[in-house]
Amino acid sequence: MKKIFKNQIALALAGILAGTSAVAGTLVINGDTSDPAPKAAFQAVIDGFEAENPDVDVVYNLFDHEGYKAAIRNFLSADAPDIAFWYAGNRMAPFVEAGLFAPIDDVWADQGLYSLMASSAPGMTMDGKKWGIPYTYYNWGVYYRQDIFEDLGIAVPTNWDEFIAAGETLKANGITPITIGTKWLWTAGGVFDYLNLRTNGYDFHMALTSGDIAWTDDRVRATMANYQQLIDGGFFLENHAALSWQEALAPMANGEAAMYIMGNFAVAPLKELGLDDSTLGLFQFPEITPGIPMAEEAPTDTIHLTAGAKNVVDAKRFLAYAARPDVQTAWNKALGQLPTNAGAGVTDDKFLNQAFSMLNNDAPGGVAQFYDRDTKAEMASIGMEAFQEFMVKPERLEKILERLEKARQRLY
Amino acid sequence: MYSYWKNNQLKIAPWIFLAPGILMFSVYVIFPIFQSINLSFYQWDGLGTKTYIGVDNYIELIDDEYFIVSLKNNVIWLVLYLLAVPAGLFAALFLNQTVRGIRIYKSIFFFPFVISQVVVGLVFSWFYDPSNGLLNVILEFFGFDSIAILAEEDYVTYGIIAAGLWPQTAYCMILYLTGLNSVDPEQIEAGRIDNARGWRMLWYVILPQLKPATFIAVVVTIIGALRSFDLIDIMTGGGPWGSSRVLAYYMYEKAFSEYGFRMGYGAAIAVVLLIIMMIYIATILYRLYRDEKGG
Repeated sequence: MKKIFKNQIALALAGILAGTSAVAGTLVINGDTSDPAPKAAFQAVIDGFEAENPDVDVVYNLFDHEGYKAAIRNFLSADAPDIAFWYAGNRMAPFVEAGLFAPIDDVWADQGLYSLMASSAPGMTMDGKKWGIPYTYYNWGVYYRQDIFEDLGIAVPTNWDEFIAAGETLKANGITPITIGTKWLWTAGGVFDYLNLRTNGYDFHMALTSGDIAWTDDRVRATMANYQQLIDGGFFLENHAALSWQEALAPMANGEAAMYIMGNFAVAPLKELGLDDSTLGLFQFPEITPGIPMAEEAPTDTIHLTAGAKNVVDAKRFLAYAARPDVQTAWNKALGQLPTNAGAGVTDDKFLNQAFSMLNNDAPGGVAQFYDRDTKAEMASIGMEAFQEFMVKPERLEKILERLEKARQRLY
Repeated sequence: MYSYWKNNQLKIAPWIFLAPGILMFSVYVIFPIFQSINLSFYQWDGLGTKTYIGVDNYIELIDDEYFIVSLKNNVIWLVLYLLAVPAGLFAALFLNQTVRGIRIYKSIFFFPFVISQVVVGLVFSWFYDPSNGLLNVILEFFGFDSIAILAEEDYVTYGIIAAGLWPQTAYCMILYLTGLNSVDPEQIEAGRIDNARGWRMLWYVILPQLKPATFIAVVVTIIGALRSFDLIDIMTGGGPWGSSRVLAYYMYEKAFSEYGFRMGYGAAIAVVLLIIMMIYIATILYRLYRDEKGG
């Protein structure tokens, strides 16, 4: 442990030195892969790149995942690395607008990414240019207790009526239909996203999150009415506002709740809590308005060339390397997530296989990033807070929508 | 030169000793205050160019219901946190006796002040936990419904203040324990001869002698109430839906958090917080000045 820490300091120091006096052949990368699996996965990518390019020496500055979000603003403007980790969608907009990221359309063209990464291309495009390489993404969906559904004879719901009926059956058997922990707010954003995507469709959802549609619009009200149906029906776990998303895993693991609208990252902790491929399942959030093409949520993580990069040539070589199908296959195998390159292979795992097919075959409507990545940051925090409030105090709907509309008018 | 030093030594010497402190204080406290005040008239995301927008940030503040909630919570904090002072006094009076093992009891009472605020926050979060927390186990035992204090907008601030009072009471207690050591036994004896006991003894004989301790206790408690940041961050993150925020936390969220980076708006909140602090500090300094003058 101590040794790792020492190495990190050495790396950080080396990064500072390299950043100020960049020698040709040194490539500085700043990233936030601080959890064990992502860290090891990215180290493997660096090792592979260095083996193929012996003339390049990669210096990787590892930041803590949360601290990185503040640090990136400082180092991009003060002492930029060559490559920085970040996220797709509106999240990268402030850096693109401030001229801190550099476009890499040439890498996209050389690697044939326009076709290979067609599904994640919209999230990387601003002003008609491509601003980074997406290296991984993960699906959202309804994770559910397959064994409980089977025991109670509930079929996987494919439309809203079946979904409501399934919930009623669960409730009649003393099981909370949906577990959720909204203490840190974003879980409620996921529920809203799906309800809105299914009620009004992808284009409307993107227009709403881009601030082009009033929150007091009747179509938003239709989404909220569906939301309210779940709330009034007692579908959600009680006291969810006091629970984090991890704490809300427990009721699902011990059978007190049967569904969780969540991202793929919930699978690993659920399995640690004792569920396995036979008890845990995944289904696509059911259709609400018939005929609307199904759209999905799949947040994408990215790497970017910075505007202040000193070693642009090697940085572009690295970005091209990170986009390659074989690299993405291995990288995402280690991450337990999905590669963005359509030519890459998916790890043979029940949930990843299902998610990969869901995103590629059953999401004709499009792929959204997530509420807090599709909207402006400040609107996202006000919005997610509003969803949490709505879930506890649905009677305040009118006030909440007015507040959101006021914020939209100020921010857009 | 030498003679100038000789003649004015008494006048100059204090300034030489003060110089490092004054320099530090100006660079790290005074200058940033004016910087913040200046920044509060701009719109700035921390990256791009600053735009001068006059008092727009302040106009927005008045219309911002989250700001009003934070301001209200700050007042609740300031008022209720002062309960730590009498609570500390009674704990000190209770512990100020010579029985076997009193040092152990004193240590136990002082313990919450030694542990970090983060730990205090976590302990209380678990205490309030709606499904397994001790509080709800007790409530349910007596037949009440369980209540998720940290998820109820009406209770959450009080719940966090209760957590904050635990270490703050210990702090005030220690201040009073030291104060009680210096209480003059002759005056107590004199009071006893004049037949003062119980409350009257406390109010007319003991408390006046504890005035310096009370003063420090009030000052540190007010400062503690205004810095009530870590507990809020650990226990609720400002939630549910922003109902447990205080100004310091709201400023942090608007200026530095993941969804913030409105430096100008954050600075405007900081200025309001500064004004509140100035009112308190000025009142205290004035009373101090008056007391010293009045002797």
